[in-house]
Amino acid sequence: MTYAIRAEGLVRRFGETTALAGVDLAVPTGTVFGLLGPNGAGKTTTVRVLATLLAADEGHATVGGYDVRRDPHRVRQLIGLTGQYASVDEALTGTENLLLIGRLLGLSRAQARARAAELLADFQLTDAAGRAAKTFSGGMRRRLDLAASLVGRPQVLFLDEPTTGLDPRSRNELWDIVRTLVADGVTVLLTTQYLEEADQLASEIAVVDHGRVIAQGTPEELKAKTGGQVLTVRPTDPADLPTVLAVAGEVARATPEVVQTTVTVPVNDPDVLPTVVRRLDAAGVPVAELALRGASLDEVFLSLTGHRAEQDADTDAMEESLA
Amino acid sequence: MTAATATPATLPAPARRLGVVAGLRHTATLSWRSLVQIKHNPMELLDLSIQPVMFVLLFTYVFGTAIAGSSGDYLRFMLPGIMVQNALFATMTTGFGLNQDLTRGVFDRLRALPIARWAPLAGRILADTVKQAWSIALLLAVGMILGFRVGNGLLGVLAAFALLLAFTLAASWISVLVGVLVNEPEKVQIFGFMVIFPLTFTSNIFVPTERMPGWLQHWVEINPVTIVADALRGLLVTGPVAGPVAQTLLWAVGLAAVFAPLAVRALRRRV
Ligand SMILES: Nc1ncnc2c1ncn2[C@@H]1O[C@H](COP(=O)(O)OP(=O)(O)OP(=O)(O)O)[C@@H](O)[C@H]1O
Ligand SMILES: [Mg+2]
Repeated sequence: MTYAIRAEGLVRRFGETTALAGVDLAVPTGTVFGLLGPNGAGKTTTVRVLATLLAADEGHATVGGYDVRRDPHRVRQLIGLTGQYASVDEALTGTENLLLIGRLLGLSRAQARARAAELLADFQLTDAAGRAAKTFSGGMRRRLDLAASLVGRPQVLFLDEPTTGLDPRSRNELWDIVRTLVADGVTVLLTTQYLEEADQLASEIAVVDHGRVIAQGTPEELKAKTGGQVLTVRPTDPADLPTVLAVAGEVARATPEVVQTTVTVPVNDPDVLPTVVRRLDAAGVPVAELALRGASLDEVFLSLTGHRAEQDADTDAMEESLA
Repeated sequence: MTAATATPATLPAPARRLGVVAGLRHTATLSWRSLVQIKHNPMELLDLSIQPVMFVLLFTYVFGTAIAGSSGDYLRFMLPGIMVQNALFATMTTGFGLNQDLTRGVFDRLRALPIARWAPLAGRILADTVKQAWSIALLLAVGMILGFRVGNGLLGVLAAFALLLAFTLAASWISVLVGVLVNEPEKVQIFGFMVIFPLTFTSNIFVPTERMPGWLQHWVEINPVTIVADALRGLLVTGPVAGPVAQTLLWAVGLAAVFAPLAVRALRRRV
């Protein structure tokens, strides 16, 4: 297997803060790799090091086989970068933003124009092409930003929280774009705070927290690794909830949770399912839903870090502002 | 979506380094970027033009007679000076734009491209020099409409342009430094206001040195704004040329020697 991105032992400090405390990554060519972590985890810092924008204090990394430190110019010819905040020139039109990149990449005037038109069409920006980017909505800006990073047909694409602040429709569109890119052989490193996003897109995920990769694997592996599976039972009649709770707790030997009328409990042994069915049947409880599913990434994150991702993001931000 | 992606089957190995010619091409493209904005935002050009024109009109007709006896004489005295003041204010554009690029992430986007490291800054400075030339020409044109006559022909005018552009090029490194150090573009303008206003008003651009209080005269004489204004008067109207021009060039070299390295170091540190 060839790796489009490799990083070993990346360390980066900002004064007292250790943004990266030894990050190792290996991203197979032609796949989507998800870097999942809460605010301040070190996602952006990792991307900036890999995109040659920031030098690591320790460790080294290669992109497309070239060392980001020793051969930055070569790396830059292979990559596209969409930063965390849309970085389009607000005073230029959509077309001009893309023309600028095309010309800087050495395309002729005609080539740059053709490429800009192509991309604007692909990203449904043709109608707005002649307008200054400052009149664009957040979603349009994001799309233009992504288009700008594709002008040079990069082999490796870095997307730093590409869907933060997008509505569900725009987010789904962006996901489709990423899938198409990967189908065409592009390698994508995507950072996200959304567990669902990583689950949807990435074939492999690294969970980062406090500058370290705390877990890595396919979404399935991660789910299997931590807590195994979850049993869900929803009785037809909510009056049966106490019985269901008792049965679920006893069989799974864990404390069940109730959300509305659904009981969930983590289980390690899939054989509990027939037992539960038998016990509920014997107790005469009709069920509307009974399922055994893999733990969601949210639950994975919880068991890996001891706190939920979204909550963690808040406390981290607080810690930062207090520090 | 095919257009967005379709990667060529075989790719040439990427080049290790970049030539200077390529860097100059990037610089030209990036200064196009700064200048084409004017097309969408003509206000920027007005901004660049209205203040100097208004200053010329106000000073000529409001203070002219009081200071120099007649508005014609005063215009001859003041126009070269107002060019210096205006040029100094205009250097703030460089720091303002740079700071915008830095805070909005555009600078990162450019740095992740395979272009010359110095091109983003050079492109901006080149574009701002073009804008400078525009406002110098505009001031001269307005002055001539109001009755200003050049004393040394076209050569004098060209020399004055070149000298003022050289000086502003050097002074714009201060603006670059400020643009790198502050955290929002507006602060560059505040800095400009706080420094350039007192600096230019305590020179001889509006009031002849001998009309100022004695304690101030010493400062006025060594104020670089006075020196540049005197050089421009020499080139555009009449008066000594060699001395003030040489001193202006010395100031330009000095400013660039001090502030260019500081600005570049601050930029390296920030990004
Ligand atoms: N230029 C900088 N100067 C000082 N500290 C920095 C700098 N960049 C990052 N940090 C710190 O390094 C840590 C990691 O930041 P980073 O931006 O990589 O996190 P992130 O995972 O991208 O977070 P977010 O989800 O908020 O974007 C944070 O504590 C941050 O405050
Ligand atoms: Mg980030």
